[in-house]
Amino acid sequence: MKTARLVNLIVIAAILAVVGTGCRRGPGYVTPLPGKKPGAIKDIGSAEPLTGAEGTGGGITGTPVVGSEGIPATDSSIYDNWKQDAEVLKQYTVYFAYDSSAIQTAERSKLEAVAEYLKTHTSPRTAVKVEGHCDERGTEEYNRALGDRRALSAREEIVAAGIDPSRIITVSYGEDRPAVPQSTPEAWAKNRRAEFILLTEP
Amino acid sequence: MKSNLVIASITLSAFIGASVFGAANEITIEKGTTGPGKGKPTWVSISGISGEALQVLQFDLYVQGFNFTNAQAAQYLISGSVGGGFTGRAMDRITQKVQVSKTYSGSSLRRQVHAFSDDFVKSLDRDPIAQTKIAYKHETGPNSELVIADFDGAGASMATRDGSILAAPAWIPGKLAVYYVSYKLGNTAILRHDLANGARKTIARFGGSNISPAPSPDGSKVAMILSKDGWTDLYVADADGGSPRRLTKSKQDESSPCWSPDGNWICFAAKVNERRGLYKVSPAGGEVQRIRTEGILNPTEPDWSPDGKWIVFTSMMGGFEICVVPSEGGQAIQLVAGEDPSWAPNSRTIVFARRQGGRRVLSLLDVETKQYKDVARISGNSGSSSQPSWAR
Repeated sequence: MKTARLVNLIVIAAILAVVGTGCRRGPGYVTPLPGKKPGAIKDIGSAEPLTGAEGTGGGITGTPVVGSEGIPATDSSIYDNWKQDAEVLKQYTVYFAYDSSAIQTAERSKLEAVAEYLKTHTSPRTAVKVEGHCDERGTEEYNRALGDRRALSAREEIVAAGIDPSRIITVSYGEDRPAVPQSTPEAWAKNRRAEFILLTEP
Repeated sequence: MKSNLVIASITLSAFIGASVFGAANEITIEKGTTGPGKGKPTWVSISGISGEALQVLQFDLYVQGFNFTNAQAAQYLISGSVGGGFTGRAMDRITQKVQVSKTYSGSSLRRQVHAFSDDFVKSLDRDPIAQTKIAYKHETGPNSELVIADFDGAGASMATRDGSILAAPAWIPGKLAVYYVSYKLGNTAILRHDLANGARKTIARFGGSNISPAPSPDGSKVAMILSKDGWTDLYVADADGGSPRRLTKSKQDESSPCWSPDGNWICFAAKVNERRGLYKVSPAGGEVQRIRTEGILNPTEPDWSPDGKWIVFTSMMGGFEICVVPSEGGQAIQLVAGEDPSWAPNSRTIVFARRQGGRRVLSLLDVETKQYKDVARISGNSGSSSQPSWAR
């Protein structure tokens, strides 16, 4: 069967190998199990350490799709060594409606303020990381995609306010980093947000 | 195919039972009692087995659609003993056919019982699952790591210690390797992790999000959600992340890709023309087609069964419900509360996450009977386990 896969096959095959003879001997034949499962994942816990240096790029060169209407993302690894400050722009955290990535009219002035900050702070060089977040009322991967769309919406507004897209990177945390880890409507409203982390050249 | 065989064997034993006991109507009782949520458990009785062996055997059988009764009412009689290796015997009560009679040695009692339950399940022409593995995300505090465990949660061990967020592990078919999303490098990156030696390779770390990896059935491709071009869209690339190709171009949702077992389709959750649903597209590109899920709103997190017949998914309708729909689309069947289902290789059992208080626990569901049971937790009761992927 096409779906029978190696992971279980290894073990099953090992057992079958002896079961084959077992059938001839009839009931009572002892089927030895391997002391350690063949193909045992014995080195679990020894995952290679990850560092920015090893991880960057992965040798991938994406071909831009012609006719794309989104604003191509900025490679965040450019800013790996820049200083991060979560406080400076905290007052401009943008909140979203349930299950929506649209910027609400009342939130627009915060994005203009972020753009203004970037315009007026250019030495040392600055950039911003937009973090998209969700409340817990979606499934995890749905929320990770929704948080991404929230961060991208905020980025588009900041670009529209005159900031070069290369100064804005995005990341989605889905529901993994709630601002208020509670299950109330008030907490959910605080968790549906885009936060701005100021990046400063070292 | 497999479930046809099962139906055939049930009908056959009912027929033999009818001829022996002269109750000709019994045959019709079996009709219409298969299919997701509609199946009746297969009744077994267990005697002579106690303690850990009994616990392990009952768990194995329960999550594959068996249930327990006395020797007079059971279809199969299981007896056994522990001591000098597990000895198990299973017999069809009606035909008196001995299904399995074996003594197991070596490894642990647990593994011996799993081997016996697999032998019993195989004797009924079903695909066994008691010696398979699962991978999942385990969250403690703000961080999460990758855990690999036996299908019942036993023998769980942490495969990473990155101290950051890890998400969406996806077992690469036929390999001791998984893809997952890691935040260790700051932004999201999709990694391939070889479980045999711990080697890891970054396969996608573009600007924007790099999330929801889904390996193709032959392992040669990986589908993923990226936003490198400015919108959150579905892409497919070579297994090592090379040659990414954009399959959707939309500002609206796309999430959670999975593959048809023949590799001809990538199924995903999306919103198209303001209509949220399950959709499919060829990995070679082309038109996006809707998979109807009648009676259900907001489907997400699809997983296509290894036999190709069903797509299991989570519906978001206030709460979260595990549902299945024929893979060609149609009437969806709501099963139990839960999220992020992943099929076992038997196309019958799934592993999924249930919310319990402020955290999630993993559970196994027999889709036919809707019987489910939580798997053993890693290291006591702390933390939240979610996003399981069944090795197949």
